[in-house]
Amino acid sequence: MDFTWFHRLGSPPHVYGLAQRLTPWLGWSAALLIAAGLYGGLWLAPPDYQQGDGFRIIYVHAPSAWMSLMVYVTMALAAAVGLVWRIKVAHAAAAACAPIGASFTLAALATGALWGEPMWGTYWQWDPRLTSELVLFFLYLGYMGLRAAIEDPQRADRASALLAVVGSINVPIIHYSVTWWNSLHQAPSVMRLARPAMPAAMLVPLLLMLLGFTLLFGALLLVRLRAEILTRERGGAWLREVLVP
Amino acid sequence: MSSSSIRVGLPVNEELDGGQAGALAAVALALRRDLTLAFRRPAQLLQPLAFFALVTMLFPLAISPQLAQLRLVAPGALWAGALLASLLALDFLFRDDAQDGTLEQYLLSGQSLTALLFAKTAAHWLLTGLPLALMTPLAAVSLGAPASALAAIVAAVLLGTLTLSLLGSIGAGLTLNIRRSSALLSLLTLPLSLPVLIFGARATQQAIAGAAVLAPLELLAALAVLGVTLAPLAAAAAVRISLE
Amino acid sequence: MREFLDMGGYAAFVWPAYALTLAVVIANVLAARRALRRAQLLGRRRLSARGEGA
Repeated sequence: MDFTWFHRLGSPPHVYGLAQRLTPWLGWSAALLIAAGLYGGLWLAPPDYQQGDGFRIIYVHAPSAWMSLMVYVTMALAAAVGLVWRIKVAHAAAAACAPIGASFTLAALATGALWGEPMWGTYWQWDPRLTSELVLFFLYLGYMGLRAAIEDPQRADRASALLAVVGSINVPIIHYSVTWWNSLHQAPSVMRLARPAMPAAMLVPLLLMLLGFTLLFGALLLVRLRAEILTRERGGAWLREVLVP
Repeated sequence: MSSSSIRVGLPVNEELDGGQAGALAAVALALRRDLTLAFRRPAQLLQPLAFFALVTMLFPLAISPQLAQLRLVAPGALWAGALLASLLALDFLFRDDAQDGTLEQYLLSGQSLTALLFAKTAAHWLLTGLPLALMTPLAAVSLGAPASALAAIVAAVLLGTLTLSLLGSIGAGLTLNIRRSSALLSLLTLPLSLPVLIFGARATQQAIAGAAVLAPLELLAALAVLGVTLAPLAAAAAVRISLE
Repeated sequence: MREFLDMGGYAAFVWPAYALTLAVVIANVLAARRALRRAQLLGRRRLSARGEGA
């Protein structure tokens, strides 16, 4: 098995070039999938028998929530790799993830509130999912705050990486404790994504949106990754080739 | 905890040197040193306690003087106060030692940094969390808790503040070199502390209602055990990153 | 068309949700591109500074 491709992923110039080439593919595929998902979700899918047309918020809420979690996991994994193997590119990737994840967490919270008010009569509910989502938002803020507060770039990388890893260990604990807390107070779970027997016409646009947003994350990550790699590079002939023309 | 560590009569370098001391002796030494130094600055120890008392006083004034109503918010008030007071106290966990180079000595001493930081955190808890827990009966009674609830409440606060000190040591390690890091330290530590808050408040609530407190207390104990085993490792990694 | 915009009475919630998410997506795209442009600019400056020094 030839693992050269894997080792090359540690090389900034290689990753930079790869990111540059992949971004348009990811970006345009994402746009296509999201457009198709929006069309399917807003037009083709029939209204829900309980929630009417209001359920359509799911087509923006679910992808946002999915993004908030997926991006955090990606960030934590990249951080762990950077911490353990001291790979700069990994730290660059983790740094790139944070603003993306934070913004979509905010979107998830806001769209969740907009869904909650007409459906369950309240903008906010302290149920496990929403509460954990809120905590996740603060984890992102803490990560970005720590990065911003440390002047030395390498130390900022490593410190925030440790924070990301510690935070990710805590997320299941926090989620469990909030669920436990909720079970005592019999609070209903606000969002049920695994709706029994969701008809294909409703499900397919949702899957398209989820996939589209995932590809969008890929594109956004690669663009920010390039920026992060550039800020971490001190020298190297490849920079001249990449920046000057 | 101040630059007078040399005059304490505990020469840090020699006694902590690798082979001679042994991990346990090093831990005992670090613990003794921190406790000795802390008692030279009693004001620093009293501040978190005063803060806790004041925060607990805020609730009756803000809500209602009626004990029946206060009893309902007592768990939340007590734990919010304990949490905030612990955060306040985190400031002096590593700060002085980072500034005068003692932490670097610990790092270079050849002893396990994890063990030494655990010693420092344990000392910190003995100086802040333990007194806080002992003060809790007063606060709890002032908020309408019955005397029968006090034993369980103190147990909960003992366990909870221990975990809080341990969790706080991680953030404190990460923010060693950052000036005016109190707000950031709070932002980093609070999300991690939420399970303690949840279980602790629940234990308090159950105790006041006279119901079964064992489940939340056990969960608090589990968190404390998790904290004792994992937090010093993370704190040591954090300190290494900040000092390298 | 009116029915579509009305969203079965839920228009006041559905459309802001979509608008908000769209705004977040667009903001992300713009911010990412801006970050890259700035990094490229700074990189070029560093290169030219070094070039002159050499």
